[in-house]
Amino acid sequence: MFEALQDKFQQAFKNLRGYGTLTPEAIDEALREVRMALLEADVNFNVVKALLERVRVRAMGEQVGAEFTPAQEVVRIVRDELVEILGHDASLLTFSKEYPTVLLMVGLQGSGKTTTSGKLALWLSKKKKRPMLVSCDVYRPAAREQLAVIAKAIGIPCFAGDGIDSPVELALAAKKDAADRGHDVLIVDTAGRLHIDEPLMKEVAELRATLRPSEVLLVADGMVGQDAVKSAQEFHERLGATGVILTKLDGDARGGAALSIRHVTGQPIKFIGVGEKYDALDVFYPDRIVSRILGMGDIMSLIEKAEEKIDKQKALEVHQKLQSDSFTLSDFRDQLAQMRSLGPLDQMLGMLPKVGMLKNVGKVQVDEKELIRIEAIINSMTEKERRRHDIINGKRRKRIARGSGTSVQQVNQVLKQYVQMRKMMKTMSAGLLGKQLSRLKMPAGLGGLDPKA
Amino acid sequence: MVQTLFGPQEQKTSLFSRLKQAVSSTKSQLVERLDLVTEGRQEIDPALLDDLEATLIMADLGVKTSSQIMDGLRDQTHGGRLQDAKEIRGVVEQEILKVLEHPGNGTAKRTVPQKPPEGQPEVILVVGVNGVGKTTSIAKLARYYQEQNRKPLLVAADTFRAAAIEQLDVWASRLRMEVVKQKAGSDPSAVIFDGLKAAKSRNFDPVIVDTAGRLHTKHNLMTELSKMCRIASREVPGAPHQVLLVIDATTGQNGLSQARQFIEHSGATGIILTKLDGTAKGGVVVAIARELALPIQFVGIGEKIDDLIPFNPRDFVASLFGA
Repeated sequence: MFEALQDKFQQAFKNLRGYGTLTPEAIDEALREVRMALLEADVNFNVVKALLERVRVRAMGEQVGAEFTPAQEVVRIVRDELVEILGHDASLLTFSKEYPTVLLMVGLQGSGKTTTSGKLALWLSKKKKRPMLVSCDVYRPAAREQLAVIAKAIGIPCFAGDGIDSPVELALAAKKDAADRGHDVLIVDTAGRLHIDEPLMKEVAELRATLRPSEVLLVADGMVGQDAVKSAQEFHERLGATGVILTKLDGDARGGAALSIRHVTGQPIKFIGVGEKYDALDVFYPDRIVSRILGMGDIMSLIEKAEEKIDKQKALEVHQKLQSDSFTLSDFRDQLAQMRSLGPLDQMLGMLPKVGMLKNVGKVQVDEKELIRIEAIINSMTEKERRRHDIINGKRRKRIARGSGTSVQQVNQVLKQYVQMRKMMKTMSAGLLGKQLSRLKMPAGLGGLDPKA
Repeated sequence: MVQTLFGPQEQKTSLFSRLKQAVSSTKSQLVERLDLVTEGRQEIDPALLDDLEATLIMADLGVKTSSQIMDGLRDQTHGGRLQDAKEIRGVVEQEILKVLEHPGNGTAKRTVPQKPPEGQPEVILVVGVNGVGKTTSIAKLARYYQEQNRKPLLVAADTFRAAAIEQLDVWASRLRMEVVKQKAGSDPSAVIFDGLKAAKSRNFDPVIVDTAGRLHTKHNLMTELSKMCRIASREVPGAPHQVLLVIDATTGQNGLSQARQFIEHSGATGIILTKLDGTAKGGVVVAIARELALPIQFVGIGEKIDDLIPFNPRDFVASLFGA
């Protein structure tokens, strides 16, 4: 989602390279590009202005360290400021002491409240909560049916409230029912409304006052433009939002709304919606996103080279295994498993910095089944084979293929990928890129996928 | 909702004044800012032009389109033709009007709506990303054609989203229209096939097809859309005759990317701009008209069933800038 912004930044700072000193002109030129990039990414005009002003002031006063070129210095400041706006840590949900905790979902029409309510319920149930859903959207045709259908699909109870057509009464009845049945969380879906629609805003304010929810979650479309700040601000002022869920970020929207909304409401973005499936809801990690926004391999790795002096020990530990050639097929398998547990692979690849040998990695078409097959193949090897891949001869390959229900060709392919990956990881750790990966909390085992594929 | 939609209709006001009312928020944003910007300043100085550009950007026109308009302005100020700050609004108005009246400025290729063969139904496909208001717009669109004494048929080809079929069903019964549908999860192309068969044998016209919201970056879903178009053209020559892309007025610059992909995969012929009754300005359609030559056909200006009106660039700009 932030790829386009990344590209822009890369472009911006490419132009900035080559300046010997951090002159006001150099800063101005860089910031002009950054301004353009941020505006095209739909970051609100005033937010951009405020951000750039802070960057300019800091850049002027900043001593350019010996390790940095002026361009890197500006990047570092932009990065710091973005982190400053988005917050440093992931923000979690607050639960009340009394059952049930009420989560109130509010937002404009079409922002994705109902789908997100379902996704959130599923996410909570995976966290050992017992959520219940209720729809208070008595306006849109079939809105309540929609939530009921979603609830059924994910196996979460949904309060029907047949015959009740007042949102407040619906919510109260659901709250009581949830408490009676021992549900610890009640997710209240509401009708989409315009922030300037007085009667409807009054209604949701009343819902908030009666329900006393632990969280008022503003659901906002990630593709929204300059108007994002106005609606977010209005919702926040009227309802005291406690968090934001940004939806539809699996498209190519640049997601500048993340910056804008955070800036005007001061409330953290808690989750992002990243797909059509009900489990496509991710906790929002600001630092990860900032790394992605600024994922400009060459510049970043240079910056990190400077920081390395402090971090060297850690970096060495992370890559010791790769460098010492003790990266076995078991490690390969563990990493694949770890990777799969993190979510769909194409999304993971999207998080990687698009530089150097990883430039085209985002375009790789990844078949999840392929990963399962690789796991099966490695599972069919003996301990010894996993430790020493060079002993796997023709006969062993045949046995492994039979054991895993694959063909010898497929086994060959996996072995080839593994060897390639070892080679690649070595280059990467040497090139410090691996350190970036570990920073993104990524398992380093992506090398099996040929980026040129 | 039923009441707000079908309750006593207020006196039918002219389209122009309704649009004007709907865009009053837009107006207050853009025009009043322009007034504020030009107020008290007679000289046209660079700071004034910068403020103007900011105003356009805040209306979601986008950096590129805004700077194009500003360049036109700067040329005129340099040429000395434009000296009074008060004239600026008129010039901006003309620039935007020019873009909207001649989408793409005659350079970009543009898919134009087709006419169905004699005696065959017109097929209108309604497409867009998730949550822009496709289904609601379809109900309004159906009402619009009904008022023109045509006999629309609704086709529920959004078989993916939970309760989407029910939603269209509710609308159909409110409008006393027929809807062709299948089970949730069935092949949307099959639903279209059924719909067109029904339309041909029972003389419905036009056939308005609801499709599932899809992000324009999901390749397989966009391919599905292409397939739906193919099936439609097999049943009725030239179908779909119109492909209306629904764009939410709150959408930012991503609207451009949406339009580009929907043009490529479904041959979009026009835009329905929805949710113009909020504070959002929908300025991205100016950028779309300029870069992709896609004209705006209808605008959604409220919650009532009649709140979908044909887009008229002159009225739009006039109500945007008019006194």
